[in-house]
Amino acid sequence: MVFSFILKYMRSIWRTLDRGTLRDIALVCVADAIVGASFGTITVSGGMHLWVPVTMSVLVFAGGAQFAAAGVALAGGSTAAVVVAGLVLNARLVPYGFAVADVLGGRWWTRLLGAHVVVDESVAFTLRQRDRQRRRAAFWTCGLALFVCWNLAVAFGALAGTAIGDTGVFGLDAAFPAVALALVLPALADRGTRNAALLGAAIAVATTPFLPAGLPLLLALAGLVLAGRPAATVEPDPATEAH
Amino acid sequence: MPLAAIAALAAGTYLFRLTGLMFQRRLRIPRRLQHMLAVAPVVLLIALAATSALTEGHGFAGWARPTGVLISGILAARRLPFPVVVIAAAVTTATLRMCGVS
Repeated sequence: MVFSFILKYMRSIWRTLDRGTLRDIALVCVADAIVGASFGTITVSGGMHLWVPVTMSVLVFAGGAQFAAAGVALAGGSTAAVVVAGLVLNARLVPYGFAVADVLGGRWWTRLLGAHVVVDESVAFTLRQRDRQRRRAAFWTCGLALFVCWNLAVAFGALAGTAIGDTGVFGLDAAFPAVALALVLPALADRGTRNAALLGAAIAVATTPFLPAGLPLLLALAGLVLAGRPAATVEPDPATEAH
Repeated sequence: MPLAAIAALAAGTYLFRLTGLMFQRRLRIPRRLQHMLAVAPVVLLIALAATSALTEGHGFAGWARPTGVLISGILAARRLPFPVVVIAAAVTTATLRMCGVS
């Protein structure tokens, strides 16, 4: 049932979406695949078993949350800290659901399946389209293509990670913070966001020597007092949002 | 990371996604809270970048790692491609270590 549904949409997608949109979706898939491969390599070379990043990517399918959870886990944080860190990142998916609910139609199983591919990128591409048929095509194309690319890339990266012996020699411990920074750097252009992030980072670094791993990261959320007021519209942008 | 953590994170994430889809008309999120939900990931990931760049366990990570991250941050701000940014961090840190900087 699910596969005939996908095939049906695959055929109509080529007629529905313009080439520019398809090209943009492909570019985002490539960009995310590179992030996914880094995630796999960094987590496995950091000491996780191969199945951890692979399972997490299939089941959680949210890049930012995966990095946050893995970061807390690699630092030695408790299970609770790992889960809370990941869920704080994914709470934004609730309003995303509002934005794309109309394209998922009335059938319960398309909603259950579609829910899993509600991510920054699929929502952003959906919101760019005007009529309902195109919105639906954009959502499914981006969501499913990204799911396949992301998971293949994570598995590939994780396999590569098993080949790396000493991460310190290759400087791979620096790759993790570099990825986290690169993912959200564009969002720092907003002053309120930047102030909140700087205060949060200062709190986290200052409390790390005294508190159990993972807790400083959650305390960083106190930085949100500087977050300021919302801009005119809150729409995810595939070019700037962390997946 | 224990399987329980992955399972709980996956279940919570799926519930967030489904909640948005199912309660679109019945649930209203104030704009201010929506703004917070959008800023919180940035705050958390920057805090993660800062702590994982500067600290190891409960102490200082040494100079090699934060220097590599700083260089990559400058490259990212100049909009260089993502692979270049990440590789620059690793190469800088590895080179510093080879030169005897911890």
